[in-house]
Parts: sequence; structure tokens; C-alpha cells
Amino acid sequence: MSEIIIIILMAIGGALMLLAGVGIVRMPDLFTRMHVATKSATLGVGCVMTAVAIYFGDVGVATRALLVILFFFLTAPVGAHLIGRAGYIVGTPLWHGTKWDELDNMYDHANHTLDSPASVKSRDPATQSTTTHQADGDSAGESPVD
Amino acid sequence: MMVDTNLSSAMEITVNVMLLIFVVSLFLAFFRLFRGPSLPDRVVALDLIAAIVVALFAVYSVVVDQPVFIDAAIVLALIIFLGTVAFARYTERRGRP
Repeated sequence: MSEIIIIILMAIGGALMLLAGVGIVRMPDLFTRMHVATKSATLGVGCVMTAVAIYFGDVGVATRALLVILFFFLTAPVGAHLIGRAGYIVGTPLWHGTKWDELDNMYDHANHTLDSPASVKSRDPATQSTTTHQADGDSAGESPVD
Repeated sequence: MMVDTNLSSAMEITVNVMLLIFVVSLFLAFFRLFRGPSLPDRVVALDLIAAIVVALFAVYSVVVDQPVFIDAAIVLALIIFLGTVAFARYTERRGRP
């Protein structure tokens, strides 16, 4: 019975890992690559580690496997955030089909401060309407986030 | 190298397929590591390679029936996180992708 659970968990983990590998090759820009690699690799490691903990059936091994899972779930988002932030600040190009760049013209590269959409709107509505994309549903001037 | 284990045949097939899948995804991540147009792309690929190797260690500990490999996985996860943080910091300081 536990063997079936192990096999299913390992299969899910392997599928997620393969998905991460395919995604990091196929995705068009840094941020989508980062998104696919971080999410599916974290969940894949979690599934495989759970399967290994069930296989050994030992409290010591289960604790160490839980430690690995906990560590991955804590550090993967932090690392992805740091790399994404560094990539955006140094000007990594976005995909040409990107619809939204909410930091566009709102990030001050000198002081590393961020304007809110409301302050930009009150300061100069003309520049904002030119910088936002003309996609449908993209009403320029309305605050994109709440 | 497959050692003689007491795994059942279903588990043995599963474990072998898992090792094959991990090697394939390692090759895909290595492709991005060599190709990646910018430095952050390569760092993301390195991060993914570390995650794949951690999972590979876990499956290999089942193959050889040695839970010691999980300790190696813990250490690898720890070191790679520090590497990612350092890469992000110095990429930001360098100021160009």
C-alpha cells in the first residue's frame, strides 16, 4: 500500500521536474523562466522528498526530508525574488508580448524608490497614458492595483 | 551503477525512470545555462540544476538504500541558496545584464 503512494508521489515529482526543465528552455524571457523553474521545481522536490521519507519509514530520515522541504519552500521564493529584482533593475528585456509592466516609469533607479500609481496620475497624466499599452481592458489612468 | 537491492520490480522501474527524467531535465537546464542571453538567466538555470540534483540525491538514496545522501541534499540546498543571493547582489551592483 505504501509502495503505491511512493510510486505516485515520485511520478508527480518527476513530472514536475521535467516540466521545469522544458519550461526553462521554452519560456521567452527571464521572468517567465524564473516563474516556471521556481514553482515546479520546489513542488517537485517536495513530492520526491515526501516519497523518500515514506520509503525509509524512519523518524530521523523523515525529519531530514522535512527539513529539506521546509528549506526549499522558504528559500526558493526569496532567491527568485532577489534574482527577479536584480534582473529588472539591470534592465533585462521583457518579452515582446508583455501586456503589463507596472513598474514602468515608476521605479527610480537612482534612489531605488517606487512611486505609487496615484502620485504619478496626479503629477502628470499625459506621460502615463503614453507609456501604458493600448491593449483592451487596459484603461490608462485607472489605478491598476488596489 | 545499479547495485543489488531489495526493491520490488515496480519500485525498481519507477526509480530507474525517475533517474532518467532527472537526467533529461538536467540536460535541459544545462542548455539554458550555456545559451542564456543574460546573467540572471544563467543564475536561474543554476538554481534549477541544484533543485534537480537534490531530487536526484533523494532518489539515489532509495536506489542504494542509504539515507545518508539526504544529508548531502540538505548541504547542497543551503549552499546554492547563498550562491543565488550573492549572484543577485553582485548582478545588481554591476548594473548591466
